Amino acid sequence: MTGPGLLNRQRRRRIIASMFAFSCAAAATLCVVVLFLLVGKIFSEGAAWLNWDFLWNLPSRHPEKAGIKTALAGSLWLTGLTAVISLPVGIGAAVYLEEYAAVSRWKKLFQINIANLAGVPSIVYGILGLAVFVQLFTLGSSLISGALTLSLVILPIIILATQEALRGVPDSIRHASYALGATRWQTVRHQVLPAAMPGIMTGVILALSRAIGEAAPLVAVGAMAYVPFVPSGPTDQFSALPIQIFNWAARPKAEFHQIAGAAIIVLLFVLICMNVTAVAVRHFYGKRVRW
Amino acid sequence: MRFADTTVSLASDDGITGGVTRFRYWFERAIHVFLFACAGISVLTTVSIVFVLLVESVRFFFDVSVFDFLTDTKWTPLLKPQHFGILPLMCGTLLVAFGSSLIAIPIGLGTAIFLSEYAPPRLRDVIKPLVEVLAGIPSVVYGYFAVVSISPLVRSTFPSAGPFNAASACVVVGIMTLPMIISLSEDALRAVPRSLREGAYALGATKFDTTAHVVVPAAMSGIVASFLLAISRAIGETMAVTLAAGATPKATLNPLESVQTMTAYIVQISQGDTPAGTVEYRTIFAVGLALFLSTMVINLVAQGILSRMREKYE
Repeated sequence: MTGPGLLNRQRRRRIIASMFAFSCAAAATLCVVVLFLLVGKIFSEGAAWLNWDFLWNLPSRHPEKAGIKTALAGSLWLTGLTAVISLPVGIGAAVYLEEYAAVSRWKKLFQINIANLAGVPSIVYGILGLAVFVQLFTLGSSLISGALTLSLVILPIIILATQEALRGVPDSIRHASYALGATRWQTVRHQVLPAAMPGIMTGVILALSRAIGEAAPLVAVGAMAYVPFVPSGPTDQFSALPIQIFNWAARPKAEFHQIAGAAIIVLLFVLICMNVTAVAVRHFYGKRVRW
Repeated sequence: MRFADTTVSLASDDGITGGVTRFRYWFERAIHVFLFACAGISVLTTVSIVFVLLVESVRFFFDVSVFDFLTDTKWTPLLKPQHFGILPLMCGTLLVAFGSSLIAIPIGLGTAIFLSEYAPPRLRDVIKPLVEVLAGIPSVVYGYFAVVSISPLVRSTFPSAGPFNAASACVVVGIMTLPMIISLSEDALRAVPRSLREGAYALGATKFDTTAHVVVPAAMSGIVASFLLAISRAIGETMAVTLAAGATPKATLNPLESVQTMTAYIVQISQGDTPAGTVEYRTIFAVGLALFLSTMVINLVAQGILSRMREKYE
């Protein structure tokens, strides 16, 4: 009785269904295309400017003479200091929450707090660093202020990643260790941490690569765009690669955009190296541990 | 094997081991205290953020009335006559957050559905890491992309747009928040039990019916949480927005004009030489408080939704 109508409806439904599938596939393609456009644009702008002098020159008002020596040195200092500060604290906090703290309302509060810290905008950490490290502790706009601030930014990431890795260690390992008479710390130190190490390292490296790319908190604590010397200690003033890129990208002249592109290539190269390390660590160590 | 020593010394009962076990005991206590202190630092961070923002904001509100702050429609702290109305900054932030969601939500959800429901596993294994690469790119690099690519594109499409415009900020922040929407939504979609899908197929539903009427609704709480987290990320986004949208505090909804967000204002003051302790300087704490509160409320709601979702399926 409604033969043609039913056929029509079926055809319409089929069209809607295939349009839906097509749009979803198109969205996914778009994401990938955007990534390639982004990388392509950076290389087409910056690749020509990338040479040895660019890495070793001091910053300059003239794009052709400008280099990233001090910015690169600042970024390396910051990463090193941030790692030294955030690693013990972050891993320690995760060990406390996973291995020591009893399941209680307090632990839940800690957990909610960390999840929320992970969502606090990094510029807010910058304001905190400005008020506490730069002014209250009178550390000034120094490398150590920057590194302390960056440590606070990545602490939640390290804690969450380490907790995840610790949770992956089966309880049988802990029970066996206790059964042999080990204390809690001996169990953690000699059994749980080594077993969780690949996961922890991966998380730590990813957190540090986040720290290398952060600019907003450093701007707030007073990183400089123009620093004509390589910092020699943690109390020196500093610049950093993202700060330098920001400064160049904000200028109207096209040449500065091109050297900003070159600096981004260097930054991305560092990030890629770190990510490859993270993948390699997971891959090689992940194979050794079997239970 | 080191713990074997302790086992022996605990078992034997001479004078020396008393010292060893006592040392062990205090050592264990010290470790416990140290680890607790580490965990305490995260709480201390939250407390100090709230404390610093509140104290400096209260001092700010001694000079500027809360009423003016919330109702004045001009924000000109660095110019005479000074106006301290946060509305223009709020408006800029909301414009960018809303505009970026318009871009990120459909594309992100579409990609998530494609990855979870349609894509063959091999293709998924290619696209997923690429999306993760998008997530790993620093904010300032996106800002650069906005300046050299998106803004010229916007200006050639709409000639009335200036070199700094909210539209390019919306596009670039949309791209930045995509990975968050994709990975969280995909997790939510994949968490929907297979039995639900099979039940739908058994009732004669097509792939599309199953996806649109069963899987997506079942994953809705996780999807909404991912949207909320993306919006909160967009509100807090700093460097890309500063580079793309400029520094003109203006209460406008026109995406082709230059606007200033709360975050971009904080950057502007940090870069300048505003002396500490002045009213102008304290504005960043008041603006920071508004920023912190708005992102925290959204995050808490999203976390609440996520934890309820986890309870449902586990």
